[in-house]
Amino acid sequence: MMRLPWFKYHAPRSVAEAAHILAAEGGDAMLIAGGTDLLPNMKRRQQTPATLVSLRQVEGLKRIANGKGLTLGAGLTLSEVVAAPQVREKYRGLWQAAAQVASPHLRNMGTLGGNLCLDTRCLYYNQNEDWRRAIDFCMKRDGQTCWVATRSKRCLAVSSTDTAPALISLGAKVRLISAEGERDLALNELYCNDGIDYLARRPDEILTEVMLPDLAGWKSTYWKLRRRGSFDFPLLGVAAAVRTAPDGTVEEARIVLGAVSSHPLLTEAGQLLVGGKLTDEAIAAVGKKAGAVAKPMDNADLDLYWRKDVVPEFIAYALRELRGDDMSETRMRVTRQLL
Amino acid sequence: MNAKKKLEVVGKSRRRVDARAKVTGLARFADDLTLPRMLHCKLLRSPHPHAIIEAIDVDKARAYPGVHLVLTGKDFPVPFGIMPVAQDEYPLAPERVRYVGDPVAAVIARDEKTAEEALELIQVTYRPLPTIASPQEGLEQPETRIHDYGEQGNIHRNQSYEFGDVEAALAASDHVFEDVFFYEGNNHMAMEQQASLAHIEGDGKLTLSSSTQNPHYLHRQMARALQMPASQIRVIACQNGGGFGGKCDPAGHEIVVSKAALMLGRPVKICLTRQEVFYQHRGRHPILMKFRTGVSKDGKLTAVHLQTLLDGGAYGSHGPASTFYSGVLTPVTYELPRFKFEACRVFTNKPACGPKRGHGTPQPRFGQEVQLDKIAAKLGLDPAEMRLNMVTQADSLTANWLKIGSNGLAECIRQVVERSGWKDKHGKLPEGRGIGIACSTYMSGAGVSIYWNKMPHSGVQLLLDRSGQVTVMCGATEVGQGSDDVLAAIVAEVLGIDTSVVRCVTGDTGLTPVDLGSYSSRVTVMMGNAAMEAAGRVHELITAAAAEQLDTLPEQVVMSQGRVFAADNPNHGMSFVEAVVLAETKFGTLGAVGNYSPPKQPGKYKGSGVGPSPAYSFSACVVETEVDRATGMVHIPKIWVAHDIGRAINAVHARGQVIGGVYMGLSEALMEEQAFRRLPPKLSAALVHRIPSMLEYKTLTALDMPDVEVMLVEDPDPNCPFGAKEAGQGPLLPVMPAVANAIWDAVGVRIDEVPITPDKILRALVLKREGKTPRIGPESFPEVPYPESVFVLPPGEGGDGNESKNVSRPSAQSSQSSHSRMEVTAS
Repeated sequence: MMRLPWFKYHAPRSVAEAAHILAAEGGDAMLIAGGTDLLPNMKRRQQTPATLVSLRQVEGLKRIANGKGLTLGAGLTLSEVVAAPQVREKYRGLWQAAAQVASPHLRNMGTLGGNLCLDTRCLYYNQNEDWRRAIDFCMKRDGQTCWVATRSKRCLAVSSTDTAPALISLGAKVRLISAEGERDLALNELYCNDGIDYLARRPDEILTEVMLPDLAGWKSTYWKLRRRGSFDFPLLGVAAAVRTAPDGTVEEARIVLGAVSSHPLLTEAGQLLVGGKLTDEAIAAVGKKAGAVAKPMDNADLDLYWRKDVVPEFIAYALRELRGDDMSETRMRVTRQLL
Repeated sequence: MNAKKKLEVVGKSRRRVDARAKVTGLARFADDLTLPRMLHCKLLRSPHPHAIIEAIDVDKARAYPGVHLVLTGKDFPVPFGIMPVAQDEYPLAPERVRYVGDPVAAVIARDEKTAEEALELIQVTYRPLPTIASPQEGLEQPETRIHDYGEQGNIHRNQSYEFGDVEAALAASDHVFEDVFFYEGNNHMAMEQQASLAHIEGDGKLTLSSSTQNPHYLHRQMARALQMPASQIRVIACQNGGGFGGKCDPAGHEIVVSKAALMLGRPVKICLTRQEVFYQHRGRHPILMKFRTGVSKDGKLTAVHLQTLLDGGAYGSHGPASTFYSGVLTPVTYELPRFKFEACRVFTNKPACGPKRGHGTPQPRFGQEVQLDKIAAKLGLDPAEMRLNMVTQADSLTANWLKIGSNGLAECIRQVVERSGWKDKHGKLPEGRGIGIACSTYMSGAGVSIYWNKMPHSGVQLLLDRSGQVTVMCGATEVGQGSDDVLAAIVAEVLGIDTSVVRCVTGDTGLTPVDLGSYSSRVTVMMGNAAMEAAGRVHELITAAAAEQLDTLPEQVVMSQGRVFAADNPNHGMSFVEAVVLAETKFGTLGAVGNYSPPKQPGKYKGSGVGPSPAYSFSACVVETEVDRATGMVHIPKIWVAHDIGRAINAVHARGQVIGGVYMGLSEALMEEQAFRRLPPKLSAALVHRIPSMLEYKTLTALDMPDVEVMLVEDPDPNCPFGAKEAGQGPLLPVMPAVANAIWDAVGVRIDEVPITPDKILRALVLKREGKTPRIGPESFPEVPYPESVFVLPPGEGGDGNESKNVSRPSAQSSQSSHSRMEVTAS
């Protein structure tokens, strides 16, 4: 890493002021909240915004509002999300996802909004500028070729957010505010399957809130694959949420995979469960179907074929946990912590 | 010390003398240092893995506001290197770059940011050359030479030794096992990145404060590279945030900032980034190895023929020593009548490899211990029993003429077997769970200095005065291993005082007697013996003076717990301070020196200087694993390790060292990889480190660390201070093979390479299900043009330690001779 490049810095006090500054600065400005993703990226010259607009002092972004469902301010740190009892009790998948982002220190700085807008990642891209010069750069920044698959027309950098798959499985929406107005978007629609243009958010928009529906009758979970018990970005995230009838019949199910594509992958495999029970056979069928669409690339840790091979297994962990199996021993082995 | 007393300091669990500073942040590391008018240095590094530098234009950088100096290879005409036979490095590459990251220019500016900006203004014209990414490629492409010295082509070092007729022994063996193993390279991952600050003292002399393990060798190489008298240079080893071998080599940046400070007359500092640490590297050599091992049917070794192929990276570094260490300690753990060892180190276009904790020995140790597990399985023997039945003996000579003193290996094996419940577990745990054992040995200091001389390896000076303060000075270097604590403890023990009375001044070539440095696990033994000698001399002075006052004989005077008294009348005495006053009154200014040189070794053949040590430590380790058969993921609930330390100077600290070694070994076993990436050759000639960052280069986190049970086996070694042998390196070694062996016990697959990742285990499990050989590892060992062997008769066959020139060896002409009973053991 290098020293930070020069940049202009704004510290607005309100969303309106921030939106106004963003509109005036144009495309060279970026928002900064916790900075745990952006600042290292700037030190490696992956991102070099001329202007940073800080959200730290913007009022209202740390709101937690109960109503029908739950509204979470985008400025809540991940530690604050983890500490919120409503999240832990009613949206367990989100709680488990947030609790596994990076390390305690980074969760104390990084925000929910920041994790949702996390830059896509790739071992050819998340490198210092001089390293990238040695490979003549790549498509995502300063170069032409996607070195992950040299014939690829698009960048294959990986969506590496933990909270997005969890929130998509929970049916979350997000609010985007700009100087021109505001709009609400199903979270799934915030993402595009392109390592460069991975967000449907316009550069002048601020993600201010995450809105969760009332999920009475639902259960959710999140399983994360990574090499170590802390610190690492996901190599696979499995977010699953199901609504079951009192007899255990599945009425609705959503399975979202993280880190196997340039966007969180809302699979259709959940449909296989509807109308039946979470039997071993049904779980295996879902794993097979969802596993087939996972496309891990050789641009993250560990062997890519292995990463694809274990997708059904991780889906099974998630669904067995939702069925009520005691998965604590597996959880401890796989993630080195009980969640 | 005639009046015997019980040990009062040595052996106890104490707070180490530097603990307070380290815990509270008071310890000053090189990066903490600032001086008035200090400037900052940044290096421009090559983006090419191999290229000729055709031109460098630094005019724009020189003219950039805030820039004080720009240096290039032209400013450093003299090459350097820690080993006299491998001085192949320049502080800045003058005409050729040999890996991505090779430094070519330096900018010294008012701050780091200005220096970085000016680096971008330097225009370098490169002419790219073909690249070599592996030793196999290096052997195949002798013509694209990375260096114009070495054995031939890209072979840096190439050697062969044979102790007894190995082919004959193999032919007469009941079984011969042949296995190929690979050990991936890895980095030291010291928490502290290297930093250095050079400045000119008021008397015109140069002082360099640096993160270094070996200020003495650095001192010599600075004098060489800067073409200055060593007397004009002072090297201060700062507190080091870990070294593990990564700070043993003199580094180019240390010489660059020194030169800049001399030219500018201002302090100049450099702090490497983590990426630059991966480029400076000097880490574990990737080694491909082949073991042909003869065994009798009751599981005793008859002979080993070991071949190693080392990926040296772009420079010599410690390579000549590393090449030897890839084999020479193999015969130290188990009785081995005959041993043949061929080793070859090849240059590649990657950062230079060098010494890392265990220096060259963990790789063959992995191979040997995994192979023994296979042999035990094949012969139906218990792997622990088999080892126990063939451990080497105390006071014995190995086939390659290494003198073993004390030897606690058998006791180590017994203790880990007992504590782990081995007998109820091995081969008996449910499918998916397993237990594995491995053993190891390491030197307590290299018997020979890195450059040839007959002077002491360690010197210690003690100063005392009427205040009662005791200052002990030694060139040994605190790298976090606790050398200051050992020094204080030994002096305190001899003088009967508390360690808090002792002030350590260490690792400063301007103030302290020469000690060769913190490498080869030599500090406790060598510095410790020197400290005992110095303290013993002071003890004599003080007891002589006190005896007069106490009206007794000096031999009857006891120094204990801060008091000095007569042995037969403990109440009749005085304080330590009062005794020092008497001694200063009687003898004048009080002080003493002590020094230490290792004993002469029995091996006399050329090359016998690598491997001898005053004492060898021994370790045994049992690892328990749980392997998930669906994913290949490994969970390690517990590790037991017994270490023959001779005697622990500070018990809690020794355990910490052992646990630290287990941590590093487990991290290497499961994940660490200094791995490189080539891009598709049609599109790019790039050859880059895959992951030069602390995030993506994986090491265990605290959450991944299992419970470790440590047993210290204390069988004092007569060559060592209070019997204390090393603990810094040995306990790492058995961990990797014990993990591999435990995985075999759990799921019946062999992973014959490190790191052992879940994808490899899953692939092996698939092979097993398909009825194929359930093994992942290298398939073959290439043809290496090893030289004719140096033949030495082993001690048991009437040798005298010299090379035997005219021995008839009917079977020695072909090392690849076909063997009817040759077995590949992964079954």
